Amino acid sequence: MSIKIENLTYIYNPKSPFETKALDNVNIEIESGEFIGLIGHTGSGKSTLTQHLNGLIKPTSGRIIINGLDITNSSVKLVEVRKKVGLVFQYPEHQLFEETVYKDIAFGPLNQGLKEEEVEQRIKEAMEAVKLSYEDLKDRSPFELSGGQRRRVAIAGVLAMKPEVLILDEPTAGLDPRSRDEILEEIKMLHERYKITIILVSHSMEDIAKLVDRIIVMHRGHVRLMGEAREIFKQSEVLESIGLGIPQITHLLNQLKQKGVVLRDDIFTVEEAKEEILKWMRGEKNA
Amino acid sequence: MKAMIEIQDVVFKYKSQEEEIKALKNVTIEVNEGEFVVIIGHNGSGKSTLAKHINALLIPSQGDVSVRGMNTKDESKTWDIRQTAGMVFQNPDNQIVATIVEEDVAFGPENLGVESKEIVRRVEEALKIVDMTEYREKAPHLLSGGQKQRIAIAGVIAMRPDCIIFDEPTAMLDPSGRKEVISTIEKLNKEENITIIHITHFMEEAVNADRVIVMEAGQIVLEGSPREVFSQVEELKALGLDVPQVTDLAHELIREGINIPNDILTVDEMVMELCQLK
Repeated sequence: MSIKIENLTYIYNPKSPFETKALDNVNIEIESGEFIGLIGHTGSGKSTLTQHLNGLIKPTSGRIIINGLDITNSSVKLVEVRKKVGLVFQYPEHQLFEETVYKDIAFGPLNQGLKEEEVEQRIKEAMEAVKLSYEDLKDRSPFELSGGQRRRVAIAGVLAMKPEVLILDEPTAGLDPRSRDEILEEIKMLHERYKITIILVSHSMEDIAKLVDRIIVMHRGHVRLMGEAREIFKQSEVLESIGLGIPQITHLLNQLKQKGVVLRDDIFTVEEAKEEILKWMRGEKNA
Repeated sequence: MKAMIEIQDVVFKYKSQEEEIKALKNVTIEVNEGEFVVIIGHNGSGKSTLAKHINALLIPSQGDVSVRGMNTKDESKTWDIRQTAGMVFQNPDNQIVATIVEEDVAFGPENLGVESKEIVRRVEEALKIVDMTEYREKAPHLLSGGQKQRIAIAGVIAMRPDCIIFDEPTAMLDPSGRKEVISTIEKLNKEENITIIHITHFMEEAVNADRVIVMEAGQIVLEGSPREVFSQVEELKALGLDVPQVTDLAHELIREGINIPNDILTVDEMVMELCQLK
């Protein structure tokens, strides 16, 4: 599913003392099946942007075209849009409400009017995708599960609606490193297996860099940078000037450069840095 | 040095679905006055359970916890203990009670029955320490996460504790909010001489601590200075914990036969070591 955002502007509290331009003439094109990382500071407009994509917010001006359909057009049924574009909010586990894991995940598909058998099948698939055991957990209360498990139940609830675009707003916030790595791995698998378009919103450069095809950096309602991870990390000065951290490894290579050691400047993993430093140590020429 | 907190052979058991769970298994820790201790470990390792024992929110099933010599089992001391050892939690929204910043900060001392002139003085001082004076008349819900958390910290400081326990205070914040809170915590330790116990899973927050304690399955599995702990890259990874990227890199380079120390924690140290080698 492709997404085209044209001249999107959104103003909060218009004509009041609190008037704020949350999005200012944003233009983005996302191809079907792409994996996008959306990065920005709190208040940069990234959550406002994602809420536009399934029609939760109507733009002040501009258009959003999903698979050729302009969803800002008032004749478009938003129910149809929301079937296709799944949005996992921050701390989605706060929205769990049912008595059992099964019922909670079933809520979306049942509202779509699916038959019980189809719903059950979808719940099994969704739970499998986030590595939750259907047999062990389906009858448990979501509230007695661990934090990481609760978050997975919430994600499964969105997956069970079989969205073609999946937007995840900070899916690893507040999790410990192990659960964070597991959930990111599951998201990667989803992308590979179902070829759905994914937009991952995050503060963490390290997490995003390893996963996505392309990064979009938002700042004060504008798209500040857009491109492949390697291209983005070369712009470490821009990133730091807008208060975004760069991976420690990228910082290290920048520092070395200042000392006159010129190595590749588009590196962000420990593995790549090791190779690059070994080459340098062993006296090979750099490209 | 005087002991601020003594945790002696503590076991904590609770029941979940007829099953008895041991959340803490014979934990012994002594924290000295003025010390800055970081406890790391993943969810379910027992670190928050331990923290709640320090200000008598939980009482040990076996063993003893005392704060400035006051045993948490002695109910007559509960309030003195909580005034000595304050606590800051993960979610700033759950800790703010008033609609105006300065009223929120005043809540603690008001409940302690502090005289009103003194409250005003304490609120002013606390807001200054967390660098939030200019927001004193603002509504907390309009502040950023980092700012809200600093207000929560000011509320604790206004009660004049000798020790503050931070239970994952940065888990819900963005990178700049995290920086604000961390530098506030470090300032409380260095300038106000408040003993700090900081629980986190962000390893880089442990780099400046006096001591790092790693917990797993209700037990202490590693303990030492940040350098001693972080140089155990393999053990930490096996526990599902992160190490700073440069420490990881140092470890990898050593395995390739490069002669650099295994306890590098910062980018600057790494740059220095590499440049010396070449």
